[in-house]
Amino acid sequence: MVRNLLIRGMLTGVLAGVLAWVFAWVFGEPEVRNAIAFEEHEASAHGDHPEEEIVSRGVQSTIGMLTGVGVYGIAIGGLFALVFAFAYGRIGPFGPRATAGLLALLGFVTVIVVPFLKYPANPPAVGDPDTIGRRTALYFGMLALSVLSAAASVLLARRLTPRLGVENAVPLAVAAFVVAVGVVMWAMPTVNEIPAEFSAVVVWRFRVASLGIHTVIWTTFGLVFGLLAERVLFPAADPRPDSRVPAAAG
Amino acid sequence: MAQAAVPRPAVTPITIPVKAILPWAAFAGAFLLFLIYFVASEQGAVALFSGSGVHEFVHDGRHLLGFPCH
Repeated sequence: MVRNLLIRGMLTGVLAGVLAWVFAWVFGEPEVRNAIAFEEHEASAHGDHPEEEIVSRGVQSTIGMLTGVGVYGIAIGGLFALVFAFAYGRIGPFGPRATAGLLALLGFVTVIVVPFLKYPANPPAVGDPDTIGRRTALYFGMLALSVLSAAASVLLARRLTPRLGVENAVPLAVAAFVVAVGVVMWAMPTVNEIPAEFSAVVVWRFRVASLGIHTVIWTTFGLVFGLLAERVLFPAADPRPDSRVPAAAG
Repeated sequence: MAQAAVPRPAVTPITIPVKAILPWAAFAGAFLLFLIYFVASEQGAVALFSGSGVHEFVHDGRHLLGFPCH
């Protein structure tokens, strides 16, 4: 059962990756090009030689990006399926579709939005190569603390529900999550390495495109994975309500 | 009205035993995290392979997915 869910999660990830790639091509690539144009302009203004191209821009922006976004989609899809397998029937009396939808919403906020608010995506030409180690550690540290806070909040909601009822327990747990990640964001160091001359419009559009890519990915999981999981969890009965009426009758 | 023979089991779902999930979570989970590492950070902050071929190939995806790239 877990194997089947895992396969379907990764298949959903393939779809999510392809959709995200189309979105990224339309909304993300123009800003990457703008950022690289700025980078080259700066380099030539300082009399530097242009960087040697190991992989051409044409490859980077097409199959390179499809590989990156696709592999990411497949991996996140598989992890989503594993979390789903554990959460199904445990986070509440929800069917497969509602569970997948709820998990996608929780996952999007926890894995994407919270880390993004503290350490947002940056286009090429932004960021000092010497600080890559520190920035990577901070980014994944923020991500880990966000996931831990979310897991603790879900446990808190489960604990409080018998005493306070679900209508009080869930808002309290959400508030606890907001306070926890708020404190973490306040405590962690700020990183801002955007060159003073860099276009604010390009940064803004790039970041919105990045958030859009993740919205496409997680919306796909929320809407599609539940449908596929339904067929794994209820193999004998076709769970569509109207299928209970014999097809011949229609 | 004979359709009640196949009830829709949507209200109280079953749970998958943790014992059944754990082996998959351990092995597939580790592999999937490794895949994310390759897209997100290989030849960035840390590197398993020398050079920058992996970094350059997934460059645009890495930037647009929001990972620190370089």
